[in-house]
Amino acid sequence: MTLLAKHSAYKQAYDQLRASGVDPLNVRFDAVTSPTEGVIGGKPMILLGTNNYLGLTFDPDCVDQAVEATRGQGTGTTGSRVANGTYGGHRQLEQALAKFYGRQHGMVFSTGYQANLGVLSTLVGRGDHLMLDADSHASIYDGSRLGHAEVIRFRHNNPDDLYKRLRRLEGVPGDRLIVVEGIYSMLGDTAPLKEIAAVKRETGAYLLVDEAHSMGVLGETGRGLSEAAGVEADVDFIVGTFSKSLGSVGGFCVSDSPDFDIMRIVCRPYMFTASLPPGIIASTLTALDKLQAEPGLRHALMRNAHRLYDGLKAMGFEVGPEANPIVAVAMPDQEVAVMFWKMLLEGGVYLNLALPPATPTNVRLLRSSVSAAHSLAQIDTALAVFGEVGRTLGFLPSGRRRIAGAI
Amino acid sequence: MRQNTQLAVVGGTDAEASASMRNEISTIFEEVLGRPVSIRDDTDIVEDLGMDSLGVMNFVMAIEDFYDISIPLDRIAQIQTVADLMAAVESLRAGHAA
Ligand SMILES: Cc1ncc(COP(=O)(O)O)c(C=O)c1O
Repeated sequence: MTLLAKHSAYKQAYDQLRASGVDPLNVRFDAVTSPTEGVIGGKPMILLGTNNYLGLTFDPDCVDQAVEATRGQGTGTTGSRVANGTYGGHRQLEQALAKFYGRQHGMVFSTGYQANLGVLSTLVGRGDHLMLDADSHASIYDGSRLGHAEVIRFRHNNPDDLYKRLRRLEGVPGDRLIVVEGIYSMLGDTAPLKEIAAVKRETGAYLLVDEAHSMGVLGETGRGLSEAAGVEADVDFIVGTFSKSLGSVGGFCVSDSPDFDIMRIVCRPYMFTASLPPGIIASTLTALDKLQAEPGLRHALMRNAHRLYDGLKAMGFEVGPEANPIVAVAMPDQEVAVMFWKMLLEGGVYLNLALPPATPTNVRLLRSSVSAAHSLAQIDTALAVFGEVGRTLGFLPSGRRRIAGAI
Repeated sequence: MRQNTQLAVVGGTDAEASASMRNEISTIFEEVLGRPVSIRDDTDIVEDLGMDSLGVMNFVMAIEDFYDISIPLDRIAQIQTVADLMAAVESLRAGHAA
């Protein structure tokens, strides 16, 4: 018996997965050479699962700024924002984010995960009520456990269920904070934000939207689902990340709440961790400029998203409810999902294999995310590989199922 | 265990009420699981009924609908047996009436 023996159920499931000859949780890239290309096991891959929505990871300006800042200011700040870890760039980025969203205040965290931990544990406390969509990201669930508010879960994307639960709280003291995501990270579906904003107004709750996957993706100017749905005035707090459309790492929160800055001295995941290094701040600032200056990136991204989504759907695959840059294909069971994923890799296409408990409602997904940097030819190649594997595994017409034989 | 004791204290006149709640809960289990179940106060919801996390969530949502309550996540985490569940439902309903 070891201390970790309590996780043996997970170990068993993992061992079983690895016994089938693949280890999707331990993929190692020999090289990543562009936003859309890499090498795994000596084999060139089209990268179709990186969240690199605008393809800015290799943008020459972002890289140059990162290099210059690193040379000029060093590799790390070696300290917390509330001690020696705030440089000019950190404040500058906070102001740039606030301005982008048209808000008074902005706060930068070391990751998006920590932004959710920090914000959710600080905005509400004992006696308050946190209303979470059931399919929320792990960082939202973890943030809800770090604080002391009562946590109530409502059915995914169901404003009526949310309303019902808020109505049950009628007369109960305490603030209410509703938390939803712009684009949900597994299925690529968006929140019904107009309806949720209406519930918020009617019940006097506050509303926080995590735009992790929708920043730079949705909305006329890339401000996310809140902008696309026309409800920015109803959204009290926006949380986001630099690790997707901005191509680096880090997280943030923006708001018009007048006393927002008090968070800087009470929000523990902000205070008790080192701040982002200057190189990251510099590339993120540059990427945020690009996101605004080059709307063409967003159009290319949506063009690619439609190409992949429509192509898979036309072939007969079961995809998510909306054409967004996250395109998820449902698999009937784990064995098929693993086999399909492995055969895509053999065909030169990398994407994410998403298995429960990381997925909602226990589905097995081949989760792809497209980038503005993909060429139509790359998307078409990926579609062709999908089609081939689909036929081989008997998903699509004119192929015989040979799963048993293949494993 | 703590909830068990609480329930026992309620006891007596509420025995009938608690039997009828057990029946209601049993029906909801059967609807969610799609098979007959037999439950007692000390039935362990995950272990004895073989529910996975999705099953538990669907079951909790169905219980919440039926009794018109929301069970906060920290309360759900404390519920292990049918008796724990009944105690939680009871106290949340009482909270609403007040
Ligand atoms: C909805 C959501 N919120 C937050 C995060 C965390 O972002 P980060 O990678 O910056 O920690 C993610 C990314 O995984 C996410 O999908």
